[in-house]
Amino acid sequence: MNLLLGILLAPLLSSLILRTKALVAGRQGPPWLQPYFDIAKLLQKGAVYSRTATGLFVAGPIGALSATLLAAALIPLGGCQASVSFEGDLFLFAGLLAAARFLSILAALDVGLSFEGMGASREALYGALAEPALFLALAAGARGSGSLSLSGIFASPLDGIAAPALALLAGALLVVALAECARIPFDDPATHLELTMVHEVMVLDHGGPDLAFIEYASSLKFWILGTLLGGFAMPIRIGGSLANALLGLGAVAALGVAIGAVESTMARLKLQRVPQLLVGAGVLAAVALVLGMR
Amino acid sequence: MNPWGEIILVFLILANLRLLGSSRLVGSIRVVAAQGAALGLLPLLSGGSGPIALRAAVIAAGTILLKGVIFPRLLLRTMRGVGVRHEMEPFVGYTSSLLAGFAGLAISFWIASRMPLAGRQIPALVVSTALFTILTGLFLIAARRTALNQVLGFLVLENGIYVFGLSAVEEVPLLVELGVLLDLFVAVFVMGIAIYHISREFEHVDVDELDRLKG
Repeated sequence: MNLLLGILLAPLLSSLILRTKALVAGRQGPPWLQPYFDIAKLLQKGAVYSRTATGLFVAGPIGALSATLLAAALIPLGGCQASVSFEGDLFLFAGLLAAARFLSILAALDVGLSFEGMGASREALYGALAEPALFLALAAGARGSGSLSLSGIFASPLDGIAAPALALLAGALLVVALAECARIPFDDPATHLELTMVHEVMVLDHGGPDLAFIEYASSLKFWILGTLLGGFAMPIRIGGSLANALLGLGAVAALGVAIGAVESTMARLKLQRVPQLLVGAGVLAAVALVLGMR
Repeated sequence: MNPWGEIILVFLILANLRLLGSSRLVGSIRVVAAQGAALGLLPLLSGGSGPIALRAAVIAAGTILLKGVIFPRLLLRTMRGVGVRHEMEPFVGYTSSLLAGFAGLAISFWIASRMPLAGRQIPALVVSTALFTILTGLFLIAARRTALNQVLGFLVLENGIYVFGLSAVEEVPLLVELGVLLDLFVAVFVMGIAIYHISREFEHVDVDELDRLKG
């Protein structure tokens, strides 16, 4: 149920962000279903492969998409049980996200384009800095709820974690989500100016179905992290799984609008400032963890 | 400790971390002002009625006025007069400062859980926040070059002591409290003037250069 919702609605979240940005800028914005059209269009095209590319280049997007899909199956939406959940699944979750990143970095390096290598190195740097923050946030949640599964952590966060700590966790996860999904202030998804891109530069050589897989995997990843963040930012749980799921969806939608507002008002950070912000997010999560320890 | 007090204390911790990670002096001054104002709200939360509430209100009003309004104005004025906007080359970088801040926080929580305190029961969060704020102030004084940042460090240090005093001592006489505030005012005032003169004399406010002064 959760997984199905995620698979169906994930591209709609990026659409929501685009519409918010358009609203702020006074434009009409693309149609709501534009991301779906894009993916459908790309799927109908053929792919062109460089002569220097090996099988890794083809396997990268497929592997990344499957890892992201598996991670999506572990995510609870607004306190509803995830499709798959067991003790310790948060490690599998983080591992799957890391595997998806690793595969897309490998695919980027495989073409042998120095430019994509640069993007890959930046992606690896961001990932290495964002992961401790994600882990610390999940650890704080696990410590508060006494459960090592994502469904357990998000079943009722208010019982185990104090309200200020929850706010800190939400803040830390927001930074992590923005960094992981290559949004402003870390990366500008709209830019195609070569030297400023991080995520977009890694996928320069992919085309056709491969690009469709990449686009879809990145919107799914955004959905996943958005649901996690929504779970902490909107910790109220009411009876009935339908109502909970609706609340969770509402939280994710509010997050989309908020990110749209952030993107309309902020500029990209200087590259040197990025590690500082990510370390700051890690420290926020750590403070939440310490607050829970006492 | 009621939830509002807890939120204020967490805000104090976050303000400390923000100070450790920022290079812009205007931003730092504003953060210290916000911290002082948040601190001023703390005595109001202790409850009570009649003369006790009145006393708390007087202290709160004095603290907010002085730390939230007058100090930042004085410091901003000094900053404009001196013409320094950024901390140039701190002894400890900002990312390392943040990590050091987290280490300090962990140490504060650890000490707070061990430290035996006489008298009434004090929530551990209060003690650890106070210790962390004091440590942050000391760290700022030691790790930054600009004289303005040292004043900010001093103010943060005082904020920490204030939190501690607020919780550790049952009741500080109003006069003592106001006297401390007045002392603080004079100190910041004098420091502002001193910084201004240092910059007029040497064209910088780098305290690291001051150890080579000759009489």
